[in-house]
Amino acid sequence: MAAVADQVAKAFREEWGQLVATLIRLTGDWEVAEECAQDAFALALQRWPQDGVPDKPGAWLTTTARNRAIDWLRREAVGAAKLREVAAMTDEAEPVGDDGGVPDDRLRLMFTCCHPALAMEVRVALTLRTLAGLSTAEIARAFLVTEPTMSKRLTRAKQKIMHAGIPYRVPPAHLLPERTPAVLAVLYLLFNEGYSATAGADLIRSGLSGEAIRLARLLVHLMPDEPEAGGLLALMLFHDARRDSRTTDDGELVTLEDQDRSRWDREQVAEGTVLLDATLQRGRPGPYQVQAAIAACHATAARAEDTDWVQIAGLYRQLARFQPTPVVALNQAVAIGMADGPEVGLRVLDDLATGPLAGYHLLPATRADFLRRLGRSAEAAQAYREAIQLASTDAERRFLRRRLEEVS
Amino acid sequence: MGQKRVEEEPVKYLLMICGDETAAEYADAGCDGWSEEMTARGVIQGGAGLQPPHEATTVRVRDDNLLLTDGPFAETKEQIGGFVLIDCADLDEAIEIAAKHPAAAYGTIEIRPLWQP
Repeated sequence: MAAVADQVAKAFREEWGQLVATLIRLTGDWEVAEECAQDAFALALQRWPQDGVPDKPGAWLTTTARNRAIDWLRREAVGAAKLREVAAMTDEAEPVGDDGGVPDDRLRLMFTCCHPALAMEVRVALTLRTLAGLSTAEIARAFLVTEPTMSKRLTRAKQKIMHAGIPYRVPPAHLLPERTPAVLAVLYLLFNEGYSATAGADLIRSGLSGEAIRLARLLVHLMPDEPEAGGLLALMLFHDARRDSRTTDDGELVTLEDQDRSRWDREQVAEGTVLLDATLQRGRPGPYQVQAAIAACHATAARAEDTDWVQIAGLYRQLARFQPTPVVALNQAVAIGMADGPEVGLRVLDDLATGPLAGYHLLPATRADFLRRLGRSAEAAQAYREAIQLASTDAERRFLRRRLEEVS
Repeated sequence: MGQKRVEEEPVKYLLMICGDETAAEYADAGCDGWSEEMTARGVIQGGAGLQPPHEATTVRVRDDNLLLTDGPFAETKEQIGGFVLIDCADLDEAIEIAAKHPAAAYGTIEIRPLWQP
C-alpha cells in the first residue's frame, strides 16, 4: 500500500506540470485543467492499490484526465473539432520547438505564469501551483499569508489571464530577450525564498529551493539554446551545495570563510561545473552565468585561502556591467579588498559610503572586516557597532556581536 | 469562472491615455502617425481626445435625487485625457500598440479588457 502511494506521489511530481499544461491548452480554462488533473490523481490513489500500478503511469493519468476534460467540453457544448483534438491528446511529449516545431506545453505555461503583466508575487504563486503542483495551502504557508488570501490571489490571476487575453504561448523570437529574464527572475526568487529559510525553521519554505532547481532543470531542457538558463541552474546548484554548512546546529550564521568545506555537496558542485563550462562555451555571457562563475570560484576552492579573489574581482566588474547596482558594487569592493589587500578595499568602500548604500548594514560590516584584518581593532569595533545598529535580522546581529567581542 | 473566452477570438481593449497637467501641452500634438498606422492595421474601433478634467461633470442618482458635481470623479494627479477602443489578438499585441502611442512616452496608458458577457 505504502509503495503504491509512493508511486502516485512520484507520478505526481513527474507528470503534474505536463498534465496541467496540456489541459490548459486544450480546454482554455485553467480551473478546469487543474480539476481534471486532480481528479486523475485522486482516481489513481483509488485504483492503483487494487489494479496495480500501470506500466506507464503517465499514459494512464493522461488518458484519465483527458476523459474528464472531454466530459467537461461536452457539457460546455463545444464543437466537434475541439473534441477530436482533445481525444487525440496522448502521453507522448511534444518535440521542443526551436526550429519551428511545436513547443512543449510546459514552456508555454512557464512563460504565461511569468508574464510581465502579472505582479511578481502572482507569478511565483501561479508557477508553484500549476507547474510544481504545490497546494494552495502549501503556497500560502510558504509566503506567510492565509489560505483564503492565496486562493483569491490565484483565482484573480487566472481570471486576468483569461479576460485580459494573456496569450498561452512561448513568445515569438523578438519578445524572448525581454520575456526570458522574467521567467529566470521568478525561478531565482523562488530559489532565494527557500535558500534564506534557515534549516528546520520552516521545511516548506526551504523546499522551495528544490522546486526552483527542478523547474530550472526543466527550463534548461526546454530551452537548450538559452545560455542564461544553464547559468541560473549552475548558480543554484553551487549555492545549494553549501546549504547545510551555512548555519550551525543552533542556527548561527557561518561565513563562507569559516564553513566546513567537507560538508559541501561535491556531486552537485561537479554537476554545476560541467554545466557552467558547457554554457560559457557558447560565448553569450549574461548576469546569471557571471554569478555562477563567481559561485564556482568559491565552490571549487579546497580551502578558503585558496579562493581566486583576483578572478572573482574581475567577474564582479563584468557583473557590474550587466547589473550596475550598489550591492554588486559592494561585493566588488569585498573582492578587490581580498585580492589587493584590505587598504585598497577600504579606499573602494570610501567611494561607496556617500551613495545609495548609506544606511545598509553590510557597508559598515564590510569596513569592520577590513579593519579587523588590518589589526585596527578600535576602528573595527566602532564599525561593528554601527553595523549592529543597522542590521535587520537577529541572526545577523548575533553574528556581528560575536565579531565585535573578538576585536574588543 | 463566469465568462469564458474562446481562444483565437479577438479581444477588445480600452486604452485609457492618462497624464498629469503637463500633458495638456500635447493636446494639439496629434498622434504622430499612430492613428493612421493603427487604422490601416484595422485595430482601431473608435476613440477621442478629451477636454481637460476641470470641464467634467459627474452624475449620481441617490434616492431619486440627481446629484451633480463639478469636476472629475476622482481628484488624482493623473487624469484621463483620451481613449481608444481597440480590437486585437491578445494582450501582447495590445501592449505593443499602446507602447507605440506617443503618449506612452510622457504619460501613462492603462489597458483594460472590455467585459464580454
